[in-house]
Amino acid sequence: MPMRLLSVVVLLTAFAGSAYADARADAKAQVEFGISVAQRGLWKEAIYRWERATQIDPTYAAGFNNLAVAYEHEGMLDKAAEAYERALKLEPNNTLVRQNFELFKEIHDRTNQSQTP
Amino acid sequence: MTGRISLKLLSCVLAVGVAGCASFYEIPIETPIAAKLDVSSFQRVFIAGFIAGGTDDVDGNLETVRLLRSQLRMKSNLRVVDADVLPLVDVASGRGPEGQAAGPGAEPAQTPGTVEIRNEKDLQPYEHIFADADYWKRIGEEYQNPLIVTGTVLFTPHSQSGMVQRETEVIDRLGRRYIEPVREYMERKGFILQEKFIFIDGRSGAQIHSESLREERLYNQNDNTPALSSYFELMDEIIPRFLSTLSTQRVRGSRVLIK
Repeated sequence: MPMRLLSVVVLLTAFAGSAYADARADAKAQVEFGISVAQRGLWKEAIYRWERATQIDPTYAAGFNNLAVAYEHEGMLDKAAEAYERALKLEPNNTLVRQNFELFKEIHDRTNQSQTP
Repeated sequence: MTGRISLKLLSCVLAVGVAGCASFYEIPIETPIAAKLDVSSFQRVFIAGFIAGGTDDVDGNLETVRLLRSQLRMKSNLRVVDADVLPLVDVASGRGPEGQAAGPGAEPAQTPGTVEIRNEKDLQPYEHIFADADYWKRIGEEYQNPLIVTGTVLFTPHSQSGMVQRETEVIDRLGRRYIEPVREYMERKGFILQEKFIFIDGRSGAQIHSESLREERLYNQNDNTPALSSYFELMDEIIPRFLSTLSTQRVRGSRVLIK
């Protein structure tokens, strides 16, 4: 009986692992396609791809980082901030994401420096 | 010898491998910053004039009006009203042709040409003019109801001493040159530019927005940078922020996309 339970657990773990690997591979494919279209200036298509990537694999920091960059390029600054924060939550030590976020904040802060009566 | 060749081969293979597996890409982006003010109901903009002070070396009122008008002509869809700069100090102190409009609080403190505005406190007695809706409405009627831009300009000399890091060229014993950071005590002088832009609806005379911006620049004491050059340097920093109030600006930069 314990042997049967153990084999079920092992099978489930293996299945979950392969499902995760599939999700990551699908998300990665979307991210790569997004990069290639963004490099050609097709930012709306890139946003679609990276949004798909983050839906397929919500633990994929690269997807959120790229999405933040695209949102920034399209002027959707609140969404960009949110996506950068998600990416940094997933990978707090990723210097590339951090560097992007710092540059983003510099612009964001500069535009909010003024005072209104 | 064979070892050296194999090492070179290995490094080449590694380099090709790294290039082939590049997992990040730098990409140029342009971030559009939406205008803070909806100016779609205005066809014209009138840079009316400023209450200025700080130093006598630069006429902050005339220079700011001239610069903003030329920038708006190039970078805005609004038609720029080309009219005489309003002598706001005189108006606010009840001495100018529109002096009566300045309200009961205004007192003619000094004779024209001798007004000394050195700091923010000195600006205060004149600032009531910006809230005088009747005055601005009359100005608006005169220039076909434009968006009116006015405010204060304070361009003051400033000096500061302390430790500064600078790069210096060093030649070692073998005659090789390299750059080394050196920290040293330095006395520096420069200027601070404080501008408050007030946006007034020429149809009603009411204030619709205001922005306070500040920039400073310090130079080595021996540089002798003219005040006017420094003023333009500081305005270079301030103008994009001023323009972003009226029209969408695009900020260029680059970001990294990750695989």
